Amino acid sequence: MEIERGDGRSPNQLRPLACSSSILHRAHGSASWVQGETKVLAAVYGPKAGTKKNENPQKASIEIIWKPKTGQIGKVEKEYEMILKKTLESICIRTIYPNTTISVIVQASFLLPCAINASCAALVDAGIPLKHLAVAICCSVTDSGCIMLDPTKGEEEKMKAFAYLVFPNAIVSVLPERSLQAGSEPMTHGIMTSVTQGAMSVDDYLHCLERGRAASARLSEILRKNIGPKSTSGASKAG
Amino acid sequence: MGVPNASEDLSSEMEVDAFRQLFPLRFFERHLAESIRPDGAVASANGSALVKIGSTTMLTAIKMEVMTPSFESPDEGCLAIDFHMPPICSPIVRPGRPAEASPVVSKQLSDTISSSRMIDLKELSLVSGKAAWMAYLDVYCLDADGALFDTALLSAVAALSHLQFPAVAMNDDGKIVLVSDEDGQKRAQEPVNKEKRKLTLKSIPFSLTCILHKNYILADPTAEEESIMETHVTIVLDTSGQLISLYKPGGPVLAYTSAIQDCVAITRQRVKELKSFLDNENSAMEV
Repeated sequence: MEIERGDGRSPNQLRPLACSSSILHRAHGSASWVQGETKVLAAVYGPKAGTKKNENPQKASIEIIWKPKTGQIGKVEKEYEMILKKTLESICIRTIYPNTTISVIVQASFLLPCAINASCAALVDAGIPLKHLAVAICCSVTDSGCIMLDPTKGEEEKMKAFAYLVFPNAIVSVLPERSLQAGSEPMTHGIMTSVTQGAMSVDDYLHCLERGRAASARLSEILRKNIGPKSTSGASKAG
Repeated sequence: MGVPNASEDLSSEMEVDAFRQLFPLRFFERHLAESIRPDGAVASANGSALVKIGSTTMLTAIKMEVMTPSFESPDEGCLAIDFHMPPICSPIVRPGRPAEASPVVSKQLSDTISSSRMIDLKELSLVSGKAAWMAYLDVYCLDADGALFDTALLSAVAALSHLQFPAVAMNDDGKIVLVSDEDGQKRAQEPVNKEKRKLTLKSIPFSLTCILHKNYILADPTAEEESIMETHVTIVLDTSGQLISLYKPGGPVLAYTSAIQDCVAITRQRVKELKSFLDNENSAMEV
């Protein structure tokens, strides 16, 4: 059943994506992620010496600062900071640099998935070792039970419910496929993070997961192409 | 859901065939010390509840105030939810520095209660366009021993189910004032007359937090367990079976579809338990 979307996309179609890295010269790593009209900027500084008081000194700690484009920092920003922190903690290999802090500063107004994708790209740009990348997507459920991917802000407000889902990206590796599976499902089927809003049935949520997985495969290809090693250009960023 | 041969020895590895082990019994036994006191907990508030799940204790108090409704929704009142973690609740929380968890749980609570549409804000309206109720719902954590969101949601729901509207009347200036019960027969406003003084709650949301660790799912963790194992999932279902929220903020363990379905199944059971618990307490209070 085809639903009319405001900008003429089909329900499974994502908005045009653009990702560029190393845009800020003083930051150790930076990336911008543009999805349709939404633009998010992320900068990474680190690893810096020292951890905060409540953090475990045996591992690197990640500090997130979320700056909204307008307005003051409120509960929404604090919640997004916590979600982003936990998501990035699970992808970074934190035991390599104990007792350090990695700061990620995100400039965004909403759309948590774009911010997660941008921070991932910025971490790669800064050279922080990661287990795998995180690919984030937003799925929304209409009143009739139809699933739409990647809604704009206007569309999101009209929906019955939406879910932000973050999947690990596929590992392209020389090892045989079976060693990357956990149990009977491949690794990319597991969700790292899920935040939902609005009421939907459990079946709707499972459909969202399936669509999200398919979309995340496409997204991770794009991410891999954009973040891949660039040809020699530019001096090294020392200090 | 079969009863697992619950090995107390967590260090034994599970074989891939024995895919998931649920330990619901062990934890439900520990948390059998649940108790709800839906009303009378705070005498000066319009609605209050004290809820304890295991050792985690939450006190909710609701105060009502008359205000002018906003221009875009003149028929609706307002509900402001806030979650506080005073230093009494845990040695990690220091005075002067708000705990990290507190704005997050606060936002989760308000999102859940508005997503579940448990309350119709139109019931909080008094005179369309001129006066409406503003309800301040404050949840205070008295003892933080894990699964904060579950207990907070349950205490908010219990307090709302016992909310009594104070009696009001319009005085000569056209303003709404509170009346004490003695001089009662002024022109009482229609939605707040003597018979209908409580909120009608539609489907009520209940939640359950589970920890995922390797192949295990542990339901209703204590603070010690939460600090050791970092991946937790909170599922909120309402009494009509709709999924209000599935909240999994990162964490080293990935959640596969089978794990999610298991967690949803445990949560469904929990919803039934909590609903009957709340109903029993409510009817005990009525008597």
